[in-house]
Amino acid sequence: MAQNLFYFLTFLTLLSAVMVVFSKNPIHSVLYLILTFFTISGHYVLLNAQFLAAVNIIVYAGAIMVLFLFVIMFLNLKKESEVHKPNLAKVAAVIAGGVLLVIFVAVFRKATFLPVDETNFNSQIGMVKTLGQILYKDFLVPFELVSVLFLSAMVGAVMLGKKEEGERNTF
Amino acid sequence: MKEVPEILQQIPQNYYVLLSSTIFIIGVIGVLTRRNALIIFMSVELMLNAVNLLLTTFSAYRSDPTGQVFVFFIMAVAAAEVAVGLAIIVMMYRYMRSIDVGILDRLKF
Repeated sequence: MAQNLFYFLTFLTLLSAVMVVFSKNPIHSVLYLILTFFTISGHYVLLNAQFLAAVNIIVYAGAIMVLFLFVIMFLNLKKESEVHKPNLAKVAAVIAGGVLLVIFVAVFRKATFLPVDETNFNSQIGMVKTLGQILYKDFLVPFELVSVLFLSAMVGAVMLGKKEEGERNTF
Repeated sequence: MKEVPEILQQIPQNYYVLLSSTIFIIGVIGVLTRRNALIIFMSVELMLNAVNLLLTTFSAYRSDPTGQVFVFFIMAVAAAEVAVGLAIIVMMYRYMRSIDVGILDRLKF
């Protein structure tokens, strides 16, 4: 049961990831990316990481993808307007990526990982309670620094998006 | 509490590692083949998610929550990065009426 679910989710993840790259229309790419994020959340649930599954859906599929969709609709891109790279460059890129994939597969196929430690195993590590305690005990300083990072990112985004005085091009 | 979930017993860790590497490679190919800045940005998100999945896998199989905390921080940084990156793309469109990265070669001269 769980095995079939894993294979189904894997198939869906890979299919939608490929469609993100090869869709002609950017809106379709964004929708396939949302599908990819949902299937990755499914993988998180399978791995017993409920907190990450929820955060993945809220942050990625919710906030980030809405930003992407917003910008695409804002920019009013026509799908014919994209200039494609020459075919030689595309083939070279796919070959380069494929060689990297072959290297990864060759390395990891025979790799042996440490077996699951059944005596000290705790299946509750992905829950909100455990992660929250660790986040506020051991990782408190990075957690607070992230808020500073968000503040500076917000300031940066506003500064970049603001129209400058005397700028001639407008939407 | 103590028993290992059946998914961790039935699916070898290698499968998750291979899945993450494949998603990562798809992202690499997307960055290399496309010229639309938004699609390149989405491919980078795909690569980030591959790494997140890998960290979660090791965290789940080793029963060590630190990896999942790290994934949480990666997601936070990714959210900040997307906000700034999309602002840059909007600015680029405003100046050049295009988000084709092929015309962004002015630093060459």
